[in-house]
Amino acid sequence: MNDVLIDKSTLEVPVEIPPEAVNPVEPFLRMDRMPHIWCPGCGIGTTVNCFTRALIGSGKNLDKVAVVSGIGCTGRVAGYAQLDSFHTTHGRAIPFATGLKLSNPELDVVVYSGDGDLFAIGGNHFIHAARRNMDLKVICVNNLTYAMTGGQTAPTTPGKVISATSPYGVFEPAFNLVALAEAAGAAYVARWTTYHVKQLSRSMEEVLNKKGFCFIEVLSPCPTLYQRRNKMGEGLDAMKYYKQASKVRNGARTSECDLSRDGEIVVGKFVDRDRPDYYDLLQAQMRETLGDRYATPEVSCCEAGE
Amino acid sequence: MHAEPKGVLTGVHFLDGDHACCEGTLAAGARFAAGYPITPSTEVVERFAWRIPTVGGVFIQMEDELAASIAIQGAVWGGAKAFTVTSGPGFSLMMEHVGYAAMTETPCVFVNVQRGGPSTGLPTLPAQADMMQARWGSHGDYGIIALCPNSPQECFDLTVTGFNLSEEFRVPVMLMLDECIGHMTEKVVIPEADKIEITPRRLTKLAPKEFRLFQPQGDMVPDMVKAGDGYRFHVTGLTHDERGYPSMNVETQDRTVRRLQEKLKPLANGRALCETENLEDAEVVVVSYGITSRVAQRALQLARAQGVKAGKFRIISAWPFPEQRLRELAGRVKAFVVPELNLGQMVHEVKAAVAGQAKVIPVTHAGGSVHKPEAILQAIVEAAR
Repeated sequence: MNDVLIDKSTLEVPVEIPPEAVNPVEPFLRMDRMPHIWCPGCGIGTTVNCFTRALIGSGKNLDKVAVVSGIGCTGRVAGYAQLDSFHTTHGRAIPFATGLKLSNPELDVVVYSGDGDLFAIGGNHFIHAARRNMDLKVICVNNLTYAMTGGQTAPTTPGKVISATSPYGVFEPAFNLVALAEAAGAAYVARWTTYHVKQLSRSMEEVLNKKGFCFIEVLSPCPTLYQRRNKMGEGLDAMKYYKQASKVRNGARTSECDLSRDGEIVVGKFVDRDRPDYYDLLQAQMRETLGDRYATPEVSCCEAGE
Repeated sequence: MHAEPKGVLTGVHFLDGDHACCEGTLAAGARFAAGYPITPSTEVVERFAWRIPTVGGVFIQMEDELAASIAIQGAVWGGAKAFTVTSGPGFSLMMEHVGYAAMTETPCVFVNVQRGGPSTGLPTLPAQADMMQARWGSHGDYGIIALCPNSPQECFDLTVTGFNLSEEFRVPVMLMLDECIGHMTEKVVIPEADKIEITPRRLTKLAPKEFRLFQPQGDMVPDMVKAGDGYRFHVTGLTHDERGYPSMNVETQDRTVRRLQEKLKPLANGRALCETENLEDAEVVVVSYGITSRVAQRALQLARAQGVKAGKFRIISAWPFPEQRLRELAGRVKAFVVPELNLGQMVHEVKAAVAGQAKVIPVTHAGGSVHKPEAILQAIVEAAR
């Protein structure tokens, strides 16, 4: 390394870490894969931290929790979670998770992916899983851009923003994810930012214990691409913006929760309703039609140790 | 192990190929199917949707073929034997997940009831023009298995075989029907469950701490686990090491991708499935598969009646291509005649296997009907001259 380019003072550890100190989230991560690939100031790691806290709080048997991701920066979450984890194809985390859940209903299946993955290439799967009320917990880290590929326009990118593929500014209207989720039938819809770590952890814990299609949008900074290109500063500046612009409005009408480049961010839990989920509906219909002839699904062909 | 009796409709039936294929999936132990409607294949999952609630499983109609072809893979990692069904346009969409199944070594079955293409083509009429797509349709290097039944009975039998091979080799298996075979109704005998051999999933016996998800065993195929059993494993379509972790370097890529192809070698050689007849004295060998093999059968009869020494080589396992068997034949025959319902696909494989030792004559047909036996006969007679 070239010594001239490194400011050694930044490498100093400011506080002595006692040797017996334990990072409470370590058991939930594949520490043999660290360091992760996310940039300084990126919010994805923050959401993973919240997720691990939610797992602790939920009291779930972690052998029965699976994480499914698509492709992109957030798509890498599955690879760092010390759980049964699947890094699938672009946009297809939800249909993969659908098969996983239906073949092994005792699993809690969490879909953890980004806005481009879930709402552009995967948009069709999202609305259909919500319509069916498939028992999946979908966490969307929304950084308003395609970050992994270099900061192109996403269906969530707000108007006027400059991106790699909108060098003169975005003019397409963006999706309002929470309104879309509610309209498609989600049982639970919330939005937080990576500034709202407590609320986000609580929401994640809540959905881990709620049946049906649950959706949490997390606004998350992308300093490397989205902010740099738009002169929006560093990760910390995004935090300041989230703090200043966010308004907690639980139960707000999702149709009034559009996002813009630098306007108000309505956060909170917007929808929490009970609808019978896909598996319950399936079984109820079959029992109604077939009576005793209906055989409860035993989809798995194998038990461990057989 | 043997088939579970619950799924086996033992008896003598009068079934079309699509329905027989469905009974094959149930006998093979499939308890999960995801589909999307498309002619002329839908009858397979229609019957599955009708049968599965009393057998004990799940059918889900997905929003498109992309979803259907990945939902089955989620189901497999959840512990199921699973399949999807489609035809040309849907098969094109599924290519993304043929690659995912190959890369993640997910055992699963794709049924393709072929129709005329390209694009929407001939929805209700036959072709065999997806043979190269079955082999090469997804990007990158990988291997798959493809089987070509030529009767409803074989639709049943080879579906069971297909599931068994997919479990043994951990690859996607394609059942390459065509519209004629799918919609042809014939006698189908379904044996008793204890007469049907089933290959179980190759679940590891190792404890989670010792287990590595992509550690090849003696046959180059890794053992498997399912979600929920405490293994805390990771599956990715990225190039990965034996732990399943992404490892994007030249060495891992080479090791992984070569193994994905090489593990299937036994099927290209000694274990290739084919049906032969009158090869002992044959001067001309007709190489065919699927519905075309039944037309070729008539042409072969007519040729023998004229005194032409013609023999039959019916390809059953089309991929990996049975190159060894054909190469052995090549030295002692004059010519190979290759009729296909396409403008020449498997004929290129025949040429490669024969390697110039004999003439190779394609008999092409763009699809929409079957060949006339006379067209194949003419090629045989000319080849024998």
